[in-house]
Amino acid sequence: MNHGALIPHLFRTEFSKITAVLTKVFGFEHIAVAEDIAGDTFIAALKTWPYKGVPKNPQAWLYNVAKNKAKNYMKRNHIFSEKVLPEVSNATAGFEEMKIDLSDQNIKDSLLQMLFAVCHPSIAAEAQIGLSLRILCGFGIEEIANAFLVNKETISKRLFRAKEKLRLENVQIEYPGEPEIGKRLETVLTTLYLLFNEGYYSESHDSVLREDLCLEAMRLMYLLVENESTDLPHVNALLSLMCFHASRFAARKNNNGEIVLYHDQDETLWNNELIAKGAYYLHRASTGNTVSKYHMEAGIAWWQTRKADTKEKWENILQLYNRLLQMEYSPVAALNRTFAFSKVYGKQEAIAEAEKLQLTNNHFYYTLLGELYKDTDKGKAKINFQKACALARTETDRQTIEKKMNDL
Amino acid sequence: MEEFILIFRHEDGKKLASPEQIQVWMKQTMDWMGGIAAQNKLVSQGNGLSFEDSRVVRHNNIVTNGPFGDIKETIGGYIIVKADSVEEAVEFAKGSPVLQGEGNTVEVRKIAKADGIH
Repeated sequence: MNHGALIPHLFRTEFSKITAVLTKVFGFEHIAVAEDIAGDTFIAALKTWPYKGVPKNPQAWLYNVAKNKAKNYMKRNHIFSEKVLPEVSNATAGFEEMKIDLSDQNIKDSLLQMLFAVCHPSIAAEAQIGLSLRILCGFGIEEIANAFLVNKETISKRLFRAKEKLRLENVQIEYPGEPEIGKRLETVLTTLYLLFNEGYYSESHDSVLREDLCLEAMRLMYLLVENESTDLPHVNALLSLMCFHASRFAARKNNNGEIVLYHDQDETLWNNELIAKGAYYLHRASTGNTVSKYHMEAGIAWWQTRKADTKEKWENILQLYNRLLQMEYSPVAALNRTFAFSKVYGKQEAIAEAEKLQLTNNHFYYTLLGELYKDTDKGKAKINFQKACALARTETDRQTIEKKMNDL
Repeated sequence: MEEFILIFRHEDGKKLASPEQIQVWMKQTMDWMGGIAAQNKLVSQGNGLSFEDSRVVRHNNIVTNGPFGDIKETIGGYIIVKADSVEEAVEFAKGSPVLQGEGNTVEVRKIAKADGIH
């Protein structure tokens, strides 16, 4: 890799590590200082490497520069060293001896602790995702804005308010204590689940960015699984779910970048390595007595890695959706359950089930009804597809529905 | 939206089903409850009640073995649903696989709110 490609790559992987470690030393209220120092470190690399060549160990080079910059900052900034440092517990001996530990273990701990801090229940889910992307994944404001389909100012404001809130709440960069960790872990998992879905189902056209969101969610999930106190069955179940879904990345897009629906996918493009990984984590999730919604969803995703339309497959998927819905209702699960129901009991029976759902502002609801009617009543199928079309929010969805209508 | 409890009453709790029957029955029950949950109308999946280790405690602390024998019907379980009216709750009850057993019943009762008005 030449320095032109290497620096952006390192920025993605190292910016968040440096920021997390420094923020842990300075305290969350000084996260802006940590981000500036991490940013300056990369500016130094951009200025030096093209002329002097890429150092033998670029990562160590960055850590060294970051450490020195952090020390210089503390020396230079009187307010910081006189007012802030005395409050920082391990800095009582003065800033010269203050330890900035960029070891592998401390980086992992700092990132995970930062993840817990960012996923604090005091801030809204979308702000948690935004902060995770910014602080833990090194995404730029513009990339985050693109992923959420909003403008940069909205994201900047959202992140600023969230940081303020965390500062006011005096959120610490540490593992939550025993009684709290279970509940806090739930929020972390929800955030990573949403982050993954944001990438997987996002309406943004930038497909590379979307895959990146999924991969970042998975990277943070790996950290949780590798850490003893968070290596729990439902954590493994969520990671398993992500692996199964991610295995279809290559098959979900045709050459024109359009979405290929599951049914039409070329399964030889599915990534077997990720499917095997998913199975491995699902196996690890199958210990203990608790079953979470992630277990149900991972189970469904496992059955979806088998393309063949067998009775066994759909009966199992239906039962998993039945249980998932009893744990937590969602319109998507209700619609997918009804689709599975039609595969097991036939379309006629499923129409009655579908019409009870009354999700009349959801285009997937009418698409499903159209599908169920299309063999027996083309008129009703068409009316439903038309309603779906009117409610569709993206051009891709509209095209998919129009194609179904033309195929009637 | 009111909450209703659907109480399953079995005519003969001692009647034993074969493992295959139980499996079919479980699947039907899951499909039935899944259908209610898919409408976001399932409040609680309740509990099944075992026919083993059951006692009836009577006036003067007289304890007898199980409710079977003296009472014709036995409660086998319950679920709680949300519904706009008792009629809607009755529609849910009609789908219960429990009713495949002749003599079995589903009792539909509105859950009284803790507002003093019953």
